[in-house]
Amino acid sequence: MGAVAERISRKLHDGLSPESLEVRDESAKHAGHAGARPEGETHFDVRVVAAAFAGLSRLERQRLVNGLLREELAGPVHALSLKLLAPAEA
Amino acid sequence: MTETPVADPIRDFIAQAVEQNPVVLFMKGTPDSPRCGFSSLAVQILDHLAVDFVGVDVLQDEALRQGIKEFSDWPTIPQLYVKGEFVGGSDILREMLQAGELQTLMAEKGVLGTAAGA
Repeated sequence: MGAVAERISRKLHDGLSPESLEVRDESAKHAGHAGARPEGETHFDVRVVAAAFAGLSRLERQRLVNGLLREELAGPVHALSLKLLAPAEA
Repeated sequence: MTETPVADPIRDFIAQAVEQNPVVLFMKGTPDSPRCGFSSLAVQILDHLAVDFVGVDVLQDEALRQGIKEFSDWPTIPQLYVKGEFVGGSDILREMLQAGELQTLMAEKGVLGTAAGA
C-alpha cells in the first residue's frame, strides 16, 4: 500500500473505528487524466462500514469523512469515491 | 449569519447562480463537454432524469474553483444545488438515483422533467 493510501486508512480507522474499511488505489485507471501524478496515488475508492454512520444522511456521512481527510483532499488526492455504510446496511 | 458582509465577488456570483437557477451543477467542463469522469456522471444522471440545469464550469476560473469548495464546505467537484439547497457530489447523486431518492427530491422540488416518466 502506498503512503497516501496508508494515511487515508489510518485516519479513517482512528476517526471512525470501522467494522470494515477498504481503500483501493484506482490511480492506474486514470493515468494521464487531469490530476494524475506520475507517481500515482491520486484516485481512491473507499468503502467503509461503521456504526458512526448510523442515523446520518448521505451528506452528513460524507462530510464526516471529508473532515477526517481534509489534508489529503487539499493535497495529493485528486479524486475520492466513497461508499459509506452503517453496519445494518452492509 | 452574524458575520459582517465583506465584498466577495466570487461568493456573490455563486450565491446568485444558486438563487436564480432551480438546478445548478458546478462542474469541470460544460454539460456538452465534461472534462472529468465525475462531472460527466453527474451530467448523465441529470440528463437521465430530464432535469433542466445550468452547468457552471469551475475550470474557467481558479478563484471560482476554490470558492465553490468554501461556499459549500465540500472539497470536491461536481456539486449539485437544487432550489438553493446543496445536494451533494457524484457519489451521493449516484446512490440517490439508485435508491430512487433523487427522483423523489426532484419531483418534490418541482424540477423533474417529463421525459423520465413517473
